[in-house]
Amino acid sequence: MALLEIENLRKSFRTPYGQLLPVVDVPGFRLSAGEQVALSGPSGTGKTTFLNLIAGILTGDSGHILLDGQNMTTLSEPDRDRHRAAVIGYIFQTFNLLQGFTCLENVLLGMSFGPGADRVRARSLLERVGLGDRLDYFPRQLSTGQQQRVAVARALANQPKLVLADEPTGNLDPTNAAQSLALIRELCAEQGSALLLVSHDPAVLASFPRRESLATLNQASRTEVAL
Amino acid sequence: MILWLLVRRSLRQHLLSTVVTALSLALAGGLLMSVWVVKRQARATFTGQTGAWDAVLGARGAKLQLVLNALFHLEASPGNVAFSDFQTLSSNRVVALAIPIAVGDNYLGYRIVGTLTNLFTEAEAAPGRRFRLVAGGRWFEDGYREAVVGSFVAQRLGLKPGDTFKPYHGLNFNPKEQHEDEYVVTGILEPSNTPADRVLWIPLAGLQNMSGHSAATVSDVSAVLVKLRSAVAGQQLDMLYNKQGDRLTFAWPLGTVLAQLFDKMGWFDQVLELVAYLVALVAAGSVLASIYNSLSARRRDLAILRALGARRILVFASIILEATSIAAFGMVLAWGLYAVIMGAVSAVIRAQTGVVLDPWAWDPVLVIAPLALVVLGALAGVLPAIKAYSNPVAENLAPES
Ligand SMILES: Nc1ncnc2c1ncn2[C@@H]1O[C@H](COP(=O)(O)OP(=O)(O)OP(=O)(O)O)[C@@H](O)[C@H]1O
Ligand SMILES: [Mg+2]
Repeated sequence: MALLEIENLRKSFRTPYGQLLPVVDVPGFRLSAGEQVALSGPSGTGKTTFLNLIAGILTGDSGHILLDGQNMTTLSEPDRDRHRAAVIGYIFQTFNLLQGFTCLENVLLGMSFGPGADRVRARSLLERVGLGDRLDYFPRQLSTGQQQRVAVARALANQPKLVLADEPTGNLDPTNAAQSLALIRELCAEQGSALLLVSHDPAVLASFPRRESLATLNQASRTEVAL
Repeated sequence: MILWLLVRRSLRQHLLSTVVTALSLALAGGLLMSVWVVKRQARATFTGQTGAWDAVLGARGAKLQLVLNALFHLEASPGNVAFSDFQTLSSNRVVALAIPIAVGDNYLGYRIVGTLTNLFTEAEAAPGRRFRLVAGGRWFEDGYREAVVGSFVAQRLGLKPGDTFKPYHGLNFNPKEQHEDEYVVTGILEPSNTPADRVLWIPLAGLQNMSGHSAATVSDVSAVLVKLRSAVAGQQLDMLYNKQGDRLTFAWPLGTVLAQLFDKMGWFDQVLELVAYLVALVAAGSVLASIYNSLSARRRDLAILRALGARRILVFASIILEATSIAAFGMVLAWGLYAVIMGAVSAVIRAQTGVVLDPWAWDPVLVIAPLALVVLGALAGVLPAIKAYSNPVAENLAPES
């Protein structure tokens, strides 16, 4: 059975002018356990929206998202939150670290909504991403690349079945980006987590065994009116 | 646990507004507790102070003024009582003990009260407690220029047996009005925590005959302190002096008379209490405003928490807990403030009246008021908590541009 199965997923947003703008319309998408997929598409094709729908941060207007045996579209909000915490690790383009908390605390917080905070594991993960000597640093005391690695450690801390990564290397220089990407893929492979990674860097895309373009997947992206 | 971590960090991130709001709540709490405790203790101790006496006989006038003057050494004497009136009363069968006092002089602002030695030897300083002298002293002798000094006065002026002083005329100190007569201190009273601590006691005749006092009223006294044999006696004398007679006032029962004082002062502590309630409301408002305002800066953090899997209710609870913590912190400060206010107020009341309040005495309001304010603080958190609860996640995940 697939880890993620999407059917006829639709999502529209209301524009500031009051019209309904279809942003996501995906007839079908599947992802197997442990699989690594790169997702591309021009800006505004709904990549972030798509990931947010999968994570249950947004709810679709119609369709189904079967994630690890649960239908995200029919779960109640608290159950969706719980399921997200248990199954998904999310690496945001802007890292989204909590500024008031140290590296270690950021990772621990990520764990605490899922299976529970585990200091030893949080520490060893941070060591694994090369931040063993930065445990008590606050995000503002870290370089961009280091912040990104904290975000990676946090997303992987719960050994999620699915890691969603939204242009995780977009803010990094090419060397950093390549290292970081390798690290993410390595960790996912080690833990057996599936990876759905958004990128429009051709080098990144080329390194993935399976590539999908949202411009093709998402029928809504084709109907979008040019400005 | 995690809730507590979230709250602690948030409070620390907004340290200034946390402290300011906590302080305003502390002010409300400290005021409320002080007003309540002072009101209650003042009533209880003032009324308790009269316990050694049952009534006061004085010139025709207000009973309250008479009692305040004769027992608390406050206000002016309403007038004089002829010595014969004292003798008549004291020989009445229903009277257990009657002691005359005379006022009208002071020493450096402390009142001088003329009386008879049997005030010390036969009456009580407080219920069940006799007057006692600090070792090395003796009572004054009627007819001599001698004085027994209350503990508070002795301590303030550094008087000890063997010292001498010249009284000043009037109840208020005026350096131009010093009498010629010189008095010798024979003894210092042990502290009794009663108004007796605040006066200098001299023989009745001494005060009456002080140089410069009018010869016509020389034998008059200011009031007579009365201990009765029974309650019925009080009714009889009330009838005799207040209803049938029209020259004198018989202040009895003392508790009822003093209750008037608190009725008169009632508006004052009501105003203070009202102020405390208003401060509490303003403080609760500032809890609400400060958390509410901080939310716009925290929208992204809240969204991140939700994206990590925190449920809405946790976000809600963290805001309520935050408001509650500010209030609880404020209440710790409130107890400190209460100690300061009570220390000051009880010192003033003691200096002004000799009545000693106990700032450390247990009173339920010391728990009830802080609890009520903590609940108020928690309630002030509800509106911001609702706002945080309904903070949309996806829209707030991106950094503010
Ligand atoms: N809350 C919203 N209300 C209205 N429209 C929205 C909302 N969120 C997203 N959109 C619209 O949905 C479309 C897709 O947005 P999305 O952020 O998913 O794009 P993206 O593919 O991630 O783009 P990028 O590569 O720039 O990150 C955009 O046209 C955007 O304007
Ligand atoms: Mg995007």
